[in-house]
Amino acid sequence: MFDHISIQLLLGQLLIGLINGSFYAMLSLGLAIIFGLIHVVNFAHGAQYMLGAFVALLMLNHLGIPYWGALVLAPLVVGAFGYAMELTILKPLRNLDHLYSLLATYAAVLIIEGLMRLEFGSSGLPYNSPLPGGINLGFMFLPWYRGWVVVFSLVVCVATWLLIEKTKLGAYLRAANERPEIVESFGINVPLMMSLTYAFGVALAGLGGVLAAPIYQVSPSMGSNLMIVIFAVVVIGGMGSILGAILTGYLIGIVEGLTKVFYPEASNLAIFVIMIIALILRPNGLFSAPESSR
Amino acid sequence: MTDPLMKVENLEAWYGESKALHGMNFDVRPGELVTLIGRNGAGKSTTLRAIMGIVAKRTGSIVFDGTQLIGRRTYQIARTGIAYCPEERAIFSSLNVAENLTLPPVLKAGGIPDADLLVQFPNLQRRLKSQGTKLSGGEQQMLAIARILRTGARFLLLDEPSEGLAPVVVKDIGEQILRLKAQGFTILLVEQNLSFARKVADRHVVVENGVVVDTLDAADLAANLDRVKHYLGV
Repeated sequence: MFDHISIQLLLGQLLIGLINGSFYAMLSLGLAIIFGLIHVVNFAHGAQYMLGAFVALLMLNHLGIPYWGALVLAPLVVGAFGYAMELTILKPLRNLDHLYSLLATYAAVLIIEGLMRLEFGSSGLPYNSPLPGGINLGFMFLPWYRGWVVVFSLVVCVATWLLIEKTKLGAYLRAANERPEIVESFGINVPLMMSLTYAFGVALAGLGGVLAAPIYQVSPSMGSNLMIVIFAVVVIGGMGSILGAILTGYLIGIVEGLTKVFYPEASNLAIFVIMIIALILRPNGLFSAPESSR
Repeated sequence: MTDPLMKVENLEAWYGESKALHGMNFDVRPGELVTLIGRNGAGKSTTLRAIMGIVAKRTGSIVFDGTQLIGRRTYQIARTGIAYCPEERAIFSSLNVAENLTLPPVLKAGGIPDADLLVQFPNLQRRLKSQGTKLSGGEQQMLAIARILRTGARFLLLDEPSEGLAPVVVKDIGEQILRLKAQGFTILLVEQNLSFARKVADRHVVVENGVVVDTLDAADLAANLDRVKHYLGV
């Protein structure tokens, strides 16, 4: 049945899956952090990812800031935008049902994408790769830039995980996820921490956008196309689970790549089949956290 | 008589549309251990939550060490030198014992150093790597009390620390609370267990339907036991 599959094809698709998985992991990481701490289902995550790519493009075209500068500055700009969005739109909805913030962020998507479409049109804009060329691995040609994306996103994911799991700040975040009022009673400014956490998650989306700009066309809809998959990743990993988001992101990328080898027609479906199975077997996700003592 | 460290006047508090406190009036003097006693639902725990700013709405006046607490956020109240140990202990499941213990930051000088806390609460020493919620009820209570002592707060709000614990553990908790009092902490203790409250308190404030209906010095309690039992419904 699988006689036609060569080892080159298999390894090649595995690597492509790893590259896609890098984006899935990084975006779902930001989404999981935001949901995990402030319980906002951030529908605007894709739009914020798109903003990261556009900010990088505008920095290059209008300010002459190259990719490496944009890699630092664009996430800060998008993170600041996220901070303002949290203060103005999400903070007033904090004590209401999650549905309100979900709808508010969805409205933000429509506004942001609409404005970007008005200004830049629907077709994609090119962003030249800062690392041209590549290496022949024998089974495939690996562009340097895609290799950089895999390594860099892995570093960002691991660093973020370490920040949350192994530092005092991370302990505050995890504890505030369970009982924000108790953490605040320790003298910690939890409202500010929530706003900054949202900004950090949004900055991660922006960073993903900068990474994506040289690979995909920079367009207003680039985030929307990815969001369905990202939400599936977060649901499979466990809403709010940081490690779950990272591991599931890579896993889904690889499964998607392998499905393209073994049964290409199902490559777009595979993620959602996994999601359904995961929800049946572990409704809270594969890596969901235990409950606190209340 | 010394001036009160905390003076609560006409304190009213709401959960949503529901009014839980209807004008509480009492005070706590420096170094004193005062209990709030009363039936279930009388408003004792709500009073502590209102002092900490963990209720949807509150009015009236809470002056602590010269600072008005009404209008301040919970984290600002904590920084004035008040620490709160909730009834349900709120041990964080995502943190181990050591992380739970050291989570509250040091806000003021005068807190108990971590090493001393482990001497004072020896059960925690050998469970430092355990998940916080894997501890027994008594150990969780010790942990919940121990962790707020590092902040430097000298005014402790303890909500029913004896609840749901075996008598031998309740005795240990009582000894720890008396030790804290001896160390100079001022304590406002919510308690429904009258025999426990009698052993530790200087003064009892009786709460009924969200208002203070009686205040008794510890020395007067024995002579008025029937009256207090009537308030408590026992």
